[in-house]
Amino acid sequence: MNLLAIEDVYKSYGDLEVLRGVSFVMQKGETKVLIGPSGTGKSTLLKCINRLISLDKGKIWLEGTEVTNPKTNIDMIRSTIGFVFQDFNLFAHLTALDNVRIGPMKVKKMKRREATELAMEELHRVGLEDKADAYPAELSGGQGQRVSIARALAMAPKLILFDEPTSALDPELIGEVLEVMIDLAKSGMTMLVVSHEMGFSRSVAKEVIFIEKGKIIEKGSPSQLFTAPKHKRTEEFLHKITELYG
Amino acid sequence: MANFIEFVVDSLPNLLRGTLIGLKIWIICISSGTILGILLALGRIYGNKVIYALCTIYIELFRGTPLLVQIFVIYLGLPDIGIVLTPVLSVSIAIGLNTAAYQAEYFRGAIQSVKGGQMLAARAIGMSKFKAIIYIILPQGLRIVIPQWSNEVILELKMTSLGFAVGATELMAEAKAIGFKTFRYTEVFMLAAFIYLVIVALVSTLLKILEGKARIPGLGSP
Amino acid sequence: MWEDGGCEAPSLEESDVIFQILIGELPYLLEGAGIALTLLAALLGLGFVFGIVLAILEVYGDRFSSILAAAIEFFFRGVPAIVLLFLFYYGLSSILDLSPFAAAVLALGLRSGAYQSQIFKGAFQSIASGQMLAAQTLGMSKIKAVLYIILPQAMRFAIGPWSSQFCGDLKATSFAYLVGVSELLRRGSYIVAYTYGNALTVYGFCALIYLILTRAGTMILYRLEDRLCVPGFERRGT
Repeated sequence: MNLLAIEDVYKSYGDLEVLRGVSFVMQKGETKVLIGPSGTGKSTLLKCINRLISLDKGKIWLEGTEVTNPKTNIDMIRSTIGFVFQDFNLFAHLTALDNVRIGPMKVKKMKRREATELAMEELHRVGLEDKADAYPAELSGGQGQRVSIARALAMAPKLILFDEPTSALDPELIGEVLEVMIDLAKSGMTMLVVSHEMGFSRSVAKEVIFIEKGKIIEKGSPSQLFTAPKHKRTEEFLHKITELYG
Repeated sequence: MANFIEFVVDSLPNLLRGTLIGLKIWIICISSGTILGILLALGRIYGNKVIYALCTIYIELFRGTPLLVQIFVIYLGLPDIGIVLTPVLSVSIAIGLNTAAYQAEYFRGAIQSVKGGQMLAARAIGMSKFKAIIYIILPQGLRIVIPQWSNEVILELKMTSLGFAVGATELMAEAKAIGFKTFRYTEVFMLAAFIYLVIVALVSTLLKILEGKARIPGLGSP
Repeated sequence: MWEDGGCEAPSLEESDVIFQILIGELPYLLEGAGIALTLLAALLGLGFVFGIVLAILEVYGDRFSSILAAAIEFFFRGVPAIVLLFLFYYGLSSILDLSPFAAAVLALGLRSGAYQSQIFKGAFQSIASGQMLAAQTLGMSKIKAVLYIILPQAMRFAIGPWSSQFCGDLKATSFAYLVGVSELLRRGSYIVAYTYGNALTVYGFCALIYLILTRAGTMILYRLEDRLCVPGFERRGT
């Protein structure tokens, strides 16, 4: 059974169609990267997977359960999908430790001691156990995003969605976050990432999917897509990216 | 001068007795007003059209009419439909209902200033809307609202002075009684004013300390 | 007395009677509202002048005057309105002969001034300090600078908060009842007294009149704010 199945999804905002019939599947342990020009619905697609946004048409399945079905208990589904936001969205009133353990405690009803141990483990995993008592405002960008990853990990998700995780970071801080993500991918986590970071895609992505104007233009392995794209638009886009990001 | 001091000493017991009644009124209206204010704010932010409309009507009503009129309606008017309340209770309820309307707007502003991403992140971990409000939105909103809430609290303290208009024997009533008896109006009212100022200053300081304790780096405005 | 026998006071059962009375008394009540509005205009005017002076002293004055102004502000904002009213009416009546109306204007006016000075202070402080510096480099004295440069800008920022002050003071006029001014609320009480009851309906009716007044006032001020909008001075917040 596919871990994630996206079936012919459509989404419009008024007259603007951001998703026009996108479909693909993911298996457990795979990492896939979505690339494409801004505003083409990549973030929207991610948010539809955990129903933070609802689709106009189409279905999404997570391990056999239909996410898009209004009868599905969406809170339950969300607790099994991790989401890392572009601007972290760390809970501003909680320390790093609290941010990571509030999910397990309040959603999974874990006992405080267990949750704290788990949280410290995840903070350790992203290299930030010494910042456990810091507030989000006291963390650097890279640290904040890593805590946000730890927060997602603490819920033991089946799949983690990354919405341009490094776009809001200063260049020198991007590395520490990508390192964590690469480790994660190598350890077998299923990840769907929206990002321009080609180095990341090359090291761990099984497949890169190029989306433009709401449709999948091309998909293929990183080496194949980056070096020998089949479509002109893919080539143009990649050209622009390498110009900007080197 | 000695005469004045004697006067002060004589009047103080009564005045302080009145002050206590005033404080009693104050405690009741702070608690009821704050809780109702939060509920009204939540109703306006998260409620459906009906709840929104009801809350808005309530707020407009209580903000658009004078507190004194509201006190009269509750103390003198409610008996017409069979609800009879003591002066102290009437005043407490009136002030509570009144301040809730103002506080609702402060809470609404504060809660709405909590960034939308916080709710998204909370729901992304699987929290229900209810849990997200309780654990993520309110803790932040309540911290942001403290300066305005403190202001309201002080206002409520001063509003308790209206109690005497319906016969509650708080500070003003006692002062007036003394003035009536001794004709030393200026002195007794200056004394009452002084007591109010002292309490206001004390409460303000306490609230400032509270604000300092609740502060979290990066949250809310300085 | 009523023709169908007995001196029966209008009760809630004959509720249309009380409504008839209220409609009949409308001129009387509206006159009371008029008095309240006159009181409002007077106290707002006094408060405006007092408030600006206090604010200027606090923000631009020397050490002594700014502390003095702050102290005066603290007094008039910290003491409840009633206490101020009584102080001025009963207290001052030994020295001056103040009518209830005059006492109310003074007490509520100075109090309003203290609150208004806060608004003006905030408005002054939100004007970039560069404005004052620029004015002074042109050779303007501090007073001229305040009058020609700071005030015109500050007033636009002040309008928003000032309209809530307006509403607050409008409702505060009901306090004048307590020193005997025959404004709206007191007249309502008279009606309650001579109809032997129906407080709920009568006071409810008075409340309605106040509601209409505050709504109307807010709307007028809103329009005014629109008129005075100038690029760079758009409406702040909601």
